Amino acid sequence: MNHMTEEQLIAYREGIAEQRAAISDHLAACEECRAELERIEAVLAALDTLPMPDPGADYGRRVWQQIAPRLPEKRGRWWQMWLAPRRLAAAGAVVALIIAAFVAGRMSRRDHGVDNSASREQVRERVLIVAVGEHLGHSERMLVELSNAGPSDPAQKQVNISAEQRRAEDLLEENRMYRQTALQEGDAGLASVLDDLERVLLDVAHSPSEVTPKQLEAIRRKIEARGILFKVRVVGKELQQRQEASQPAPAQNDSKKKERNKV
Amino acid sequence: MNRMQQSIENAQAIATSDALAVEHTLAGERDAFRVLVERHSQNVFRLAYRMTGNQQDAEEIVQEAFLRAYQKLGQFEARANFGTWVYRIAANYAIDRMRQKQKEDARREPPRAGSADGVEDDPMNRVADDAPTPERLTQSLELRKQMEQALAALSHAERTAFVMRHWEGCGIEEIAAVLKSNSGAAKNTVFRAVQKLRLALQPIVGTRTQAQAMGTES
Repeated sequence: MNHMTEEQLIAYREGIAEQRAAISDHLAACEECRAELERIEAVLAALDTLPMPDPGADYGRRVWQQIAPRLPEKRGRWWQMWLAPRRLAAAGAVVALIIAAFVAGRMSRRDHGVDNSASREQVRERVLIVAVGEHLGHSERMLVELSNAGPSDPAQKQVNISAEQRRAEDLLEENRMYRQTALQEGDAGLASVLDDLERVLLDVAHSPSEVTPKQLEAIRRKIEARGILFKVRVVGKELQQRQEASQPAPAQNDSKKKERNKV
Repeated sequence: MNRMQQSIENAQAIATSDALAVEHTLAGERDAFRVLVERHSQNVFRLAYRMTGNQQDAEEIVQEAFLRAYQKLGQFEARANFGTWVYRIAANYAIDRMRQKQKEDARREPPRAGSADGVEDDPMNRVADDAPTPERLTQSLELRKQMEQALAALSHAERTAFVMRHWEGCGIEEIAAVLKSNSGAAKNTVFRAVQKLRLALQPIVGTRTQAQAMGTES
């Protein structure tokens, strides 16, 4: 009887043998080749015991946090991007923002009779401050309502959070736009808070519309764990102060931005 | 279908479909790429760790693989599997990195006499030799050290082929693509890897298996 070669047995063990059936038949009848295969298997089984470090359940998220700042913005196929249904509403918000900035810019030009880029920049930032401030206010209210939600009747097994979910869905798109704008403007602190907020909004938007009290508690814990309400309040208040201090000097603006980058 | 339902379905579809996430990323929606990163990082890490045997190197390979995938996403074929594609990018980068590291190491430290197989020079070897550990732990550490050395002694191609086939269950065509060879050569590389591992480990594994069978192992 011709025995199997080492190459044939390794290929068989690793599932890459061409004549698998023929090798199987031979192994069934040949004790010597079976013993040889067992020796190969013993080595491979020992190798399988080598430990593999567990990078943790949130590893993917950590990888994203590490690479996201290094990813260049893709220009993309613009028509494809804006034709997506959920983009249309956010696009409307951005158009409104641009119009507001344009109108405010015209008014400011008429007032001072001078067209300088610094004042246009200030106007643009003020418009953004107002818009983001409102967005944070809306988000805060939604999160507070969600945190306070509960079954009206203790016997009730499900809590309906569809209203909060709808609002989270709407806020999510706006949030993405503001976060991207904050990144473009170099406001890393605001972008980071908006990034945290986005994760919470995503969680809420993707939850079932009816949840059990236990599931609701899990959502609440997630909100608390991220400290998002606190961050939103701090940044919201700061934006409000900046808005009230109306005509801010550019240097003041920068220092505020730097301060928030530490949040 | 109202807007909310459509939006939820859209988000859910991105979350479940790699192809859709790729499409949205290409359309300029950078966050869609997050779904792909979060979904495939663990698998890529496993491959990178098996190939390098070093957690820090593996983590850097994972990051670089996704950065490269993002940059090359325009070249990704819609019908292909994103997981397999990023896997291939990671494997190629890991090979380049191991080669580079080997060159750097060789420049820094000239090889010592008697270290042709790289066994005697392993710092782990010296540490373990001096450590007063119980016999069983010593045996287990010794076996682990021998296995790590046997893997390290494989060529980059052999280690890649073995890791991809034995631990990751990749197809021969996939391995051949990473090794930039044909399927016959890829099969042969898997064979050579197992043969070398067997040569290095069978004496020690055989003794342990025999000892276990006889119940004489402490």
